[in-house]
Amino acid sequence: MIRMAVIVDAKTRVVVQGITGYQGQFHSQAMMEFGTQVVAGTSPGKGGQEVNGIPVFETVIEAVKEGRANTSCIFVPAPFCKDAALEAIDAGMKTIVIITERLPVNDAIHVVSVARAKGITVIGPNCPGIASPGKAKVGILPSKIFKQGDVGVVSKSGTLTYEIVNAITESGHGQSTCVGIGGDRVSGTDFIDILELFERDKQTKKIVLVGEIGGTAEEEAAAYIESKVKKPVVAYIAGRTAPPGKRMGHAGAIIARGRGTAESKIMALEGAGVQVAKLPTDVPRLLGEL
Amino acid sequence: MKLFEYRAKAVLMKHGIPVPEGFVVTSSDQIRRIAGPSMVKAQVLIGGRGKAGGIKPADNVEEAKKAAAAIIGMNIRGFIAKEALIERKLEVAKELYLGITIDRSRRCFLLMASPDGGIDIESVPEDRILMLPIDPLIGFQPFMSRRVATFMGLPKEQQAELVRICERLVQLAIHEDAELAEINPLVVTKDGRLVAGDAKITIDSDALFRHPEFEKFEEDMTPLEAKARQLDIAFVQLDGNIGVIANGAGLTMATLDSINMFGGKAGVFLDLGGTDDPEKVKQAMLLMKEANPKVILLNIFGGITKCDTVAKGVLEAMDTEKSTTPIVARIKGVNAEIAREMLKNAGMLPASGLSEAAELASKESMR
Repeated sequence: MIRMAVIVDAKTRVVVQGITGYQGQFHSQAMMEFGTQVVAGTSPGKGGQEVNGIPVFETVIEAVKEGRANTSCIFVPAPFCKDAALEAIDAGMKTIVIITERLPVNDAIHVVSVARAKGITVIGPNCPGIASPGKAKVGILPSKIFKQGDVGVVSKSGTLTYEIVNAITESGHGQSTCVGIGGDRVSGTDFIDILELFERDKQTKKIVLVGEIGGTAEEEAAAYIESKVKKPVVAYIAGRTAPPGKRMGHAGAIIARGRGTAESKIMALEGAGVQVAKLPTDVPRLLGEL
Repeated sequence: MKLFEYRAKAVLMKHGIPVPEGFVVTSSDQIRRIAGPSMVKAQVLIGGRGKAGGIKPADNVEEAKKAAAAIIGMNIRGFIAKEALIERKLEVAKELYLGITIDRSRRCFLLMASPDGGIDIESVPEDRILMLPIDPLIGFQPFMSRRVATFMGLPKEQQAELVRICERLVQLAIHEDAELAEINPLVVTKDGRLVAGDAKITIDSDALFRHPEFEKFEEDMTPLEAKARQLDIAFVQLDGNIGVIANGAGLTMATLDSINMFGGKAGVFLDLGGTDDPEKVKQAMLLMKEANPKVILLNIFGGITKCDTVAKGVLEAMDTEKSTTPIVARIKGVNAEIAREMLKNAGMLPASGLSEAAELASKESMR
């Protein structure tokens, strides 16, 4: 369940959970430079410190009281991530972006089910986060590659998203919002959640969907596009040459028992009228032809 | 991480699910006695071992020794059986299927049950399989077990036992972090007991930090893949001759696909992931060289992984081990200029875009 139009905006007030680690320090600064209000950080045992001028608390509830945080960005290591996410839910966060990778699927199921039942948006785990150029960014997407524009990008990938966003920017287009939903088997937000938002969002005129082998999320997205999305969609699917039965880096990127192949996804998307790029670098050209 | 049948059965037993009496040997002379008519089963992490001759009956010790001698060392579809499980033979009245897996779309565990066990569940018609998603907020409840028991069409006395096994299987999946736990067949014996005839369990490898007891188990990996696992590098061996190193799973896959578009074929998928440690990059390069590709394609889109970090690691690896393998390097993103400067004299073939790099590597691989 997602309420806000593009999830993050000028009202977004971020608490960074795990702010004292290397990633937390680096990206809290990068988020602020992008224009995001980072109001607090947490790190158990380090309350009272400051990172990049941001106050560090022991718990999320203090970040709410002191900094009116409404969004969390989680960097804490996998063994402690479930606790951190449930803490964020309990403290009333509206949006939670989980950057942490290698979260046990059991923990993801737990966190996501509670969040969805409460109407809280969870993006991730194992994702780069979300960026709306000119508004805000919550996550680790590199700021330099973005330009404000009308293309909405939704992707299971991290660096491949950067590659494609960068190509879009270099070709003269820009992005309304870019969401990396993550490549794990269980994610808080799926393609359909974001497609629904892009379809409603006035700034978004064109949509780019970046999928990969494994699961059936792309096929489900294709069915949704066919019936509900009027804006034009360009897609790229990674893993056409991946062998069955091997986990290709992401926990979810595996062709299991003949299901989750790139062919099946490409066929479903093309059947729904989506232009599917053969090379990631073809995406801007297809956008231009729309 | 997949568990061998005998390990999987030990886990079932721990959770109170009945399995046949049995023991494991690594050599036939370890067999001293058997408990009556038995089956000798090759321990391999691949299906279809029965058809391949990996399961043999034995009525006495001599036959069991003979069967184990034939099975240990047997190559079953590329996997060598190092162990044999000697198990008391079950008097089968009926074979059922019971399994639990992850339902990605519904974001929960999924219990699957079928009265048609003993064959690959993929070949069972859909209307003969009960799929029961377990909403984590509801949890596994007695009404769900009753649905399974009714669907299976068992007599009353066995229904109660089936309900118990369902509950225990769900508990097992949650407590052991199993992403797959399959009992196929779940045998109904002639004397009316329910016993796990075979078992497949896969433990979520991301959850191994809280299951140290599984760490030492072997997996279906090549020696280099196992080494990569130790280094925490995503590494998959393929049948082409271009070694691809990139950062991020999606980008690495897209690089493989792009090579294919230009007629080349990847031999290694190596995802550096997000790292800022030159030592890890160095180890990854050395691992790649061990895989002996004809060409290496390095495709970095710097972010968390900074380009100069990669360059440093690559240079260190080249210093450690001289090699004539051509390297096509495409480097972009954070600190790319620094990295290009560092690698300028390293004799690499530079490429500016992903497609250009893929084309160049493909051409080199066909020389």
